[in-house]
Amino acid sequence: MAERERSHTRARGSVFVPRAHVMTSADVHRAITRMAHEIAERNRGLDRLVLVGLQTGGVPIARQLAVALEQVDATPVPVGTLDVAFYRDDIGLRPVLPEAVTDIGFDLTGTTVVLVDDVLFTGRTIRAALNALGEYGRAQAVQLAVMVDRGHRELPVRPDYVGKNLPTRRDEMVDVSEDGVALGDLVPR
Amino acid sequence: MSPIPRHLLDVGDLGPDGVAEVLRVADSFVEVGHRANPKVPALRGRSVATLFFEDSTRTRVSFETAAKRLSADVLSFATGSSSLNKGESLRDTVETIEAMGIDAIVIRHPSSGAPAQVARWVQSCAVVNAGDGWHQHPTQALLDLYTVRQAFGGGDEGTERISGLRVVIVGDVRHSRVARSQVAAYAGLGASVTLVAPPTLLPPSLEGWPIAGVSHDLDRALRSADVVSLLRLQAERGSGQCVPSLREYTACFGLTARRAATMEPGTIILHPGPMVRGVEIASEVAELPSARITDQVTNGVAVRMAVLFLVLGQGTTEGSDHG
Repeated sequence: MAERERSHTRARGSVFVPRAHVMTSADVHRAITRMAHEIAERNRGLDRLVLVGLQTGGVPIARQLAVALEQVDATPVPVGTLDVAFYRDDIGLRPVLPEAVTDIGFDLTGTTVVLVDDVLFTGRTIRAALNALGEYGRAQAVQLAVMVDRGHRELPVRPDYVGKNLPTRRDEMVDVSEDGVALGDLVPR
Repeated sequence: MSPIPRHLLDVGDLGPDGVAEVLRVADSFVEVGHRANPKVPALRGRSVATLFFEDSTRTRVSFETAAKRLSADVLSFATGSSSLNKGESLRDTVETIEAMGIDAIVIRHPSSGAPAQVARWVQSCAVVNAGDGWHQHPTQALLDLYTVRQAFGGGDEGTERISGLRVVIVGDVRHSRVARSQVAAYAGLGASVTLVAPPTLLPPSLEGWPIAGVSHDLDRALRSADVVSLLRLQAERGSGQCVPSLREYTACFGLTARRAATMEPGTIILHPGPMVRGVEIASEVAELPSARITDQVTNGVAVRMAVLFLVLGQGTTEGSDHG
């Protein structure tokens, strides 16, 4: 979500100016390790578990989670990627473009899917993702892992695994990158 | 901002960035096409009218499939072959369609420029050219580019590879809107295009065509081609009178099995369809692995989904570039 917002706003000529560094990359790494333990604990192992990262910001986090899960339980966890552009509810209201091709190379029927995104905000991306996921099989259960929950939900969506709860203003911007998590503003160039 | 214009009338309107954007979005629709349910809700509540004033099977079916897979409603206007007057009656038809609240008109017309005229008449409708006279057939050129890009690596890498390719377009260039769109599209991405045709099937003037050259010797041209794109002899537009006989045309400009065997490995064969087997292409050549004619048809749906999605789904409120 944050990634997606960023790429679109960049095209309109705004830049992200960080104000506070809220997580270092080490913090993010520790959060991923903790979330991996929580996922393994809650699902009593990783049998029939798959990760689906949302394009684009959720994908690197899903990959890191898969590495951490393998360390926790010695079970390889398949990772897919999902682009929700064609399922969004704001098509026609703002420019909506796919960022990357969806790649889910396995049937989701009967699996427990952990959807992974970088930032949970309004919940609309997750709503779209739930609709899109259904096209790849009927999952037994879908859970949600996010690195940052920044609040301001517009739909009844609740994460199961959270890296950090981060109170924000609506107009602020959360940026998740390799350097960690920053809170800042979009400033017209 | 998305480099996509409001109407798609001419492939040149897109520019290289717009073409690359269409190809990139088409990648996502190819993935959708591989699913058990090849449909997305992207254009739910939107409606697309296909208005074909000329015979067509694949283009019309392809556009209608594309619109349906985007969850748009499709209205197929049967214009018939009878007493359609040009001018005012076309305008009336278009105004009627727009008054029904249609969001996009996909139009094919025997007169060059008819879609552009329609685009001037409409208020809020998007107009997509599905072939006008000898002028343009932009989505055909885009699906050709997509197929070439797929054959040469796919993705952004594939798009870049197109800039180094040698494309040979063979056949009735004179009467072909497909050739005009192809030349603009290939040249726009930097490919080197050679036209191969008898002088009678070339346009009276090639001034301003962004081509590397013209040849009347197919055998020679085939030896240094990465892409061989064939054109149909258009009997309905009078191609037949421009060649002494079909047999002679095939002997000089047909892609026979003997000629196909002289091509470098890796050269691909394209044909926009409908094929006339035994004239511009030998039946067995159309079945070779290097012939990507079926891929073209499959990709056509994804490319037209991309075009409709980009034309209709890009927002009319904030950040609108409708200008």
